[in-house]
Amino acid sequence: MIVVRLFGVLAILLVISFLTFSLVYLAPGDLVKNLLGNRPASPEAVAAIRAQYHLDDPFLLRYLDWLGSAIRGDFGQSIRLQQPVSTVIGDRLPNTLALVALAFLIALATAIPLGILSAAREGRFSDSLASLLSLIGLSAPSFAIALLLLYVFATLLPIFPAYGAGSGGFDTLWHLVLPAVALAAGIGAILMRLTRAALLRELQSDATTFARARGLREADVQVAALRAAAIPIVTSAGLVLTFIVGGTIIVESVFALPGLGSLLQQAVQFKDLPVVQALTLLIAAVIAVITILIDLSYLVLDPRVRAKGLNR
Amino acid sequence: MSGTPKLSPRTRTISIVPGRRRVRWGATLSVVLLAGVGLVALVSPMLSDAATRQSVLDALLPPGSPGHPLGTDELGRDVLMLTLAGTGSAVVGPVIVAAGSMTLAVLLGTIAGYVGGFVDGVIGRGVDVLLALPVMLVALVVAGVFGAGYWVTVVLLIVLFCPSDIRIVRAGVTEQAPRPYVEAAQMLSLSSSRIMFRYVVPNTWPLILTNVTLNVGIALVALSSLSFLGVGVAPGTPDWGRQISDGRGVMGDNAAMLIVPAVLIILVTMAINVLGDHLGTRLRERGIQ
Repeated sequence: MIVVRLFGVLAILLVISFLTFSLVYLAPGDLVKNLLGNRPASPEAVAAIRAQYHLDDPFLLRYLDWLGSAIRGDFGQSIRLQQPVSTVIGDRLPNTLALVALAFLIALATAIPLGILSAAREGRFSDSLASLLSLIGLSAPSFAIALLLLYVFATLLPIFPAYGAGSGGFDTLWHLVLPAVALAAGIGAILMRLTRAALLRELQSDATTFARARGLREADVQVAALRAAAIPIVTSAGLVLTFIVGGTIIVESVFALPGLGSLLQQAVQFKDLPVVQALTLLIAAVIAVITILIDLSYLVLDPRVRAKGLNR
Repeated sequence: MSGTPKLSPRTRTISIVPGRRRVRWGATLSVVLLAGVGLVALVSPMLSDAATRQSVLDALLPPGSPGHPLGTDELGRDVLMLTLAGTGSAVVGPVIVAAGSMTLAVLLGTIAGYVGGFVDGVIGRGVDVLLALPVMLVALVVAGVFGAGYWVTVVLLIVLFCPSDIRIVRAGVTEQAPRPYVEAAQMLSLSSSRIMFRYVVPNTWPLILTNVTLNVGIALVALSSLSFLGVGVAPGTPDWGRQISDGRGVMGDNAAMLIVPAVLIILVTMAINVLGDHLGTRLRERGIQ
């Protein structure tokens, strides 16, 4: 099963790599002009660039060339920054990882307890309030939340810094708080709704009724229900992942954080195509890997799936 | 719920499920808000001239200034007018995206679900590829690299929204296909296309309606995020996303430039989501499914 899925994912990645390459091939604008800028160019210089970037080779050969280097981790040179793409990405990766990790922690720490509370007190005031909060988080675009946070907590009440990534260590963490909260709002809203729905379903199930009938303590009953509810929550992690990619691009742009999201936005704006290609492929690969990990996590979470997997 | 017509809404909400009252109330409020925004969107093209009128003398007035209730930006454009005129591109595009992608999806999803086999496989693999990347990423990269305008971006979003709609419609259709009424229609040797689009599709109507509504909200967020990032809407055009992006520069002088459209986007999306959820529950309760 896992092997079949793995091949499916590889096939999709291959198609995506082809599509990204074609996109850049079809994009308007002339690479030679982009590189030389407004300087007057001698025919020799133009020819040298055309040779360096293999611009005269046929399309398929160029694609295979690019794919071959990409697999070895060489994505070429960034046109805008004049550095290898892998260096550019490597420099910005830590900021994005820290941002996403912090946002995820904030979301988990608020959404799961709120979801549990909401399910346990279904229909009461606290449930309505929590549902309203998740509705706001789900509806508000990241950039609106990010800018409102920026206005209130950096301009009106200057508690947090407004821009940049700080100078490392605790300072960076302090700079990441507002962006992480903005990103966490959406993630948290999705998680809270999922937790509430899944837990409500479990609490109404026969297994829960039976556990209560056996006279188990209510706390034990709820822990068992929570574990059973974990599966649909993890299954829907794909939804959260999709949200994180879009949200990171926006939040990093708003707070001028030098991460992968703002890098992509700038690369698109300046038509820095090697960077766009590399990032798109990289994000597709990361999503594919996480999807497989989510599949594998069922085996850990659900004994029933494990038993089936072994019998097969 | 539907079997208690004699109870007044008030007793019903108190007796059965507390909290239901907030939901119905929310739906009413949402309809009112959306109707208002829709009206403004209809007249917004006429406001475009007034919104883009620049005046150096009136630059950066704070909210509450005479003649400019929400103040002006650094070019002297009136923020209230700008916001009203921006309603059109903020709202019309998303409605077209949601309706367009669902129309395509009803066509492809019904065929995939009803015909099955090879056709289903081909459509399914296409959906898999398109769903492998987040909509926002693809939209930003494709529209940005090609320098797409507003309507091209709308068409792009229709294509990108389609796969998830196809999955939903296909699921609804495969659930309908084994039912007796379909078998009866087949016995009468009606054509497949007639069975699909005259009998099966109308039975998935609740599913379609709910998802179109929810998609308007998602498309609104996507389109305004793109124009915030500088993709889709040309500079200087009145548009909420663009206005919020411009508003960052005048945050210290006139924060209304940024806050008003940001809050409007949040409220409109909330209203759409409340309405979508409400429609979903109501239609399910009536058991049309």
